[in-house]
Amino acid sequence: MVLVYEQVLNGLQLGVTLFLLAAGLTLIFGIMGVINLAHGSLYMVGAYAAALTAAKIGSFLLAVPAGLAAAALAGMAMEYLVIRHLYARDHLDQVLATFGLILFFNQAVVLLVGRQPLFVAIPAALDGAVPVGAGIQYPVYRLAILAVGIAVAIGLYLLIGRTRLGMLVRAGATHRDMVRALGVDIRLLYTIVFGLGALLAGLAGLMAGPLLAVQVGMGEQILILTFVVVVIGGLGSIRGAFFGALIVGVVDTLLRAFLPGALRTVMQGSEADALGAGLSSMGVYLLMAAVLLVRPRGLFPAHG
Amino acid sequence: MAEAALAPATPAPAAGRTRTMLALVMLAAALLALPFVATALGDSSIITLATRIVILAIAAASLNLALGYGGLVSFGHAAYYGLGGYVVGILYASLREPMFGVLPATDQLLVTLPLAVIVGGVAALILGAMSLRTSGVQFIMITLAFAQMLFFLFVSLKAYGGDDGLSIRRRNALPFLNTRDETTFYFVCLTVAALYFALLRRVVGSRFGLVLGGIRQSERRMEALGIRTYRYKLVAFVISGMGCALAGALMANYARFVSPDMLHWTQSGEFMIMVILGGVGTWLGPAVGAAILILLETVLAAWTEHWQVVLGPLLVLIVLFGRSAVERVAARIAGRRS
Repeated sequence: MVLVYEQVLNGLQLGVTLFLLAAGLTLIFGIMGVINLAHGSLYMVGAYAAALTAAKIGSFLLAVPAGLAAAALAGMAMEYLVIRHLYARDHLDQVLATFGLILFFNQAVVLLVGRQPLFVAIPAALDGAVPVGAGIQYPVYRLAILAVGIAVAIGLYLLIGRTRLGMLVRAGATHRDMVRALGVDIRLLYTIVFGLGALLAGLAGLMAGPLLAVQVGMGEQILILTFVVVVIGGLGSIRGAFFGALIVGVVDTLLRAFLPGALRTVMQGSEADALGAGLSSMGVYLLMAAVLLVRPRGLFPAHG
Repeated sequence: MAEAALAPATPAPAAGRTRTMLALVMLAAALLALPFVATALGDSSIITLATRIVILAIAAASLNLALGYGGLVSFGHAAYYGLGGYVVGILYASLREPMFGVLPATDQLLVTLPLAVIVGGVAALILGAMSLRTSGVQFIMITLAFAQMLFFLFVSLKAYGGDDGLSIRRRNALPFLNTRDETTFYFVCLTVAALYFALLRRVVGSRFGLVLGGIRQSERRMEALGIRTYRYKLVAFVISGMGCALAGALMANYARFVSPDMLHWTQSGEFMIMVILGGVGTWLGPAVGAAILILLETVLAAWTEHWQVVLGPLLVLIVLFGRSAVERVAARIAGRRS
């Protein structure tokens, strides 16, 4: 039971990381109708900028703004140079152009930094573990990620629901042409929303740095999980992204933690580990299929 | 007559038809002469490169049936391609040491190819039946996710090499032919491709093809006409999955190697690029696209190890500005757009 409790916490922590990505992806889709495969690249940019800053200067406090700024700037540049021209195009064009961006970002990082994964130390202030009940010592850093994720979720909720910008975002998602007709500078709004999405992706990346290896291709791994989140939650819905992310995070983590052990009781150790790892990777996709069979538009459809 | 005029890729005017026939004959002659020219030039790598292009052309054309004619933007066709490859790989591996004792084993191409096509079709039927409940972006994402699922499945199958893949010591055999000879294998692939493209042309020109095109243009109108669009889309998806499996089986023979990389999502992306480069919804366009992409990759890879840094932005530029230009050129070569 103790182990399950700990793994659920791990799952929630993966969940909020996924939420940071899914919120940006779903906002960008909801508002602009663009499917952005290169969203994972922004996550990677954030992680790399933070990791390099931390390695050069040795301060995680400075690494945070560096990662955020790099991701947001990369995102705005991406919007200005490429995405802006894709709003009116069909999804096929969007997929291909952003696929091209992924190729570019991945190779550019290989070119600039190399293929060696970077490892980031956990900041000293957040090192160590604290008791979280049931006799478990849980790493402070992971708790901090959880706290940041929940804070961002609340902040986004307030931003979308309570501010003028949020009002425009909601109006833009449902009645794009009307918003434009009322004289709102929709291009600026788009750039801001895209920058916000990029910022969140960068935040997720820089926080994941000390837990995972920072390496090329990290963006795509998590991007596809993010797609699963967005589809389960319902495209364009922030609330759906939040609950979808937590569900996917917990299910994925629990399967990874316990499936190999369960298989080991019926077959050999190494084979069970390999098969368990594979089957647990498949788990969330099966979950997605099940959700879509029951509710083709996801659990929390955005409109109607 | 009206149907013939509506049929995609069927140029009705007599002059156009003669010109298309002429272009086809010239294309066929060039493809047939290629190995002999390569041998005369003393560069056998041309033959293997051409074989790759021919095989990938089959996969791209298959995707094009769903994507171009049916408007089903699938981002997961590498799954069927990889499954086809694994059918060949597993059947061969079982030959050397029977696995689980139940799997059949063979190294006969005449058996492995149809089996690969059937397996690909069944997989496309199951995954397509679920994916087609969605549309638009959800469809793109769900096809991608299902392909990733199969990718992880093969990564986890240690018995079949897992991450490292499965090598096939010898190409599958054909009666009376030596498939290990590169030229012979090229002609085998070319024959399969020619038959497949001929079949595709018939499919696209048939009533089924017309309905499919109608669904792409307006699904609601087709439904209003009393057509069960779901069935048509599913059949198109299955045929297209079968074609990709066929290509995968040939590719496994060509490379004498299969690995989860064949199912990787970047492979799906490459198929889409081929279709776009050559022209969405054209008959021979995907073949042209396959040739362009493979040649581009070969040239860029010879120039720099980091060729994707160039290919990525190039792709963006083509999508943003040049798609119509590329399509026009490709359409010249490949016949008109529907």
